[in-house]
Amino acid sequence: MAEKKVSLKIENVSKSFAKVENDEVTHALNVIDLNLTSGEFVSLVGPSGCGKSTILRLVAGLIMPTTGKITVDGKEITEPSPERGMMFQKSTLFPWLTVEKNIAFSLKMQGKLKGNEDKVERLLKVIGLESFRNDYPGQLSGGMAQRVALMRSLINEPDILLLDEPLGALDAFTRMNMQDEILKIWQEKGQLALMVTHDVDEAVYMGTRVIVMDANPGRVVADIKISEDYPRDRSSAAFVEYRNEILNRLHFGGGR
Amino acid sequence: MNYIINIAWIDRAYLIECTLHTLRLLLLGYFIGVALGLVTGITCGYSERVRYWVNPVIKFLGPIPTSTWIPIVMVVATSLFKGAVFIIALGSWFAVTVASMTGISNVDKDFFDAARTLGASSRQLVFRVAIPHAMPSILQGCTQAMSSACVAIMIAEMMGVKAGLGWYMNWAKSWAAYDKMFAALFVICFIFTVVTKALDLIKRRVLRWQNGVVK
Repeated sequence: MAEKKVSLKIENVSKSFAKVENDEVTHALNVIDLNLTSGEFVSLVGPSGCGKSTILRLVAGLIMPTTGKITVDGKEITEPSPERGMMFQKSTLFPWLTVEKNIAFSLKMQGKLKGNEDKVERLLKVIGLESFRNDYPGQLSGGMAQRVALMRSLINEPDILLLDEPLGALDAFTRMNMQDEILKIWQEKGQLALMVTHDVDEAVYMGTRVIVMDANPGRVVADIKISEDYPRDRSSAAFVEYRNEILNRLHFGGGR
Repeated sequence: MNYIINIAWIDRAYLIECTLHTLRLLLLGYFIGVALGLVTGITCGYSERVRYWVNPVIKFLGPIPTSTWIPIVMVVATSLFKGAVFIIALGSWFAVTVASMTGISNVDKDFFDAARTLGASSRQLVFRVAIPHAMPSILQGCTQAMSSACVAIMIAEMMGVKAGLGWYMNWAKSWAAYDKMFAALFVICFIFTVVTKALDLIKRRVLRWQNGVVK
């Protein structure tokens, strides 16, 4: 069951921040133009300071662009919305709410909880944490917390899924498991997924499209389509080739 | 010891009346102070603007010790009762304001971001994210406020108010009826312990989620 098809357009967008201490300006993002649609899994990869998280927050609606505009199906984004769900690097689960209440949080805020308790139940089952429903986030492991965070944003069945380095803080094995879990969910629902990562391997493993960015100034340097089937082989020749191409673009070349 | 309990029992009607008076004063002053403190503290913590104007007031009024206030208030106030309530409320207000302000301004911005992407309105951000997050600080402020209130009321009673346990103690002392004085002392200790313990239980229930994380 796919979500409705949406088209995300980032037109002529740049972002600058005023510094707090003095009158200088930080140009986080130079002009960016991107077109994304449902069904794509877009990896945004680049070194620190290239503006990839800024793009994510702009799409989420947490901050506004300095120039240009971002539209979803033609409608401009002016504020955050549950239809653009987001996952953070720290799970950012609300520590005073139980696992169950965290997942139900969005429905409660929108006043839609009555009659939809089964949705919460179903999502708890998907991640296999029914027995933890009354536990608090402080008692969960990193992987478990990120799973709950994922369900917390998925309960709204968002058209766009924004992932801000969600697996960065996890150990290698949990990370690989979570990568497959996220891919599975994405394949089922067919949303537009936009994931920021600083791990090139992760970007190639997960994305149907990899947008490579560089810093100073923050800009897009490459837009690479990857048409390998899932699940991907991390050691296949094609994988390695994509990886090398990206690293080369970022001047971390190896293998050529 | 037996002697004291005896005396307490004999004089119980009077003791109870004084106890009730003390309790009324204490709890009235305390809850007024806490309520006002919550309003002040939360709005100051949340709004840069409010903080700009109110901070100087807090910094000026807060540190003045209770005993310094008493003479002024007792003269100016329209009734001794109101004056005492004011002093107790002031002490509680200060503790709760500072604590809530700190608690609210320390909320990790990420929680607001997460809540906004989950569809929370501005009002919900305050009541469903900021305040729950600040609860540990707020409750700590309430505990502190209770200590201040207890101290304040004893001073107030001994120096001006014409009824209540503090007054009873002084009165008994002036008649050299030390047994009665000690009886009153025990009652005071008992009340303060009960009140503090009740607060502690509330804290533990509300802050269940910290079990295993903090401490």
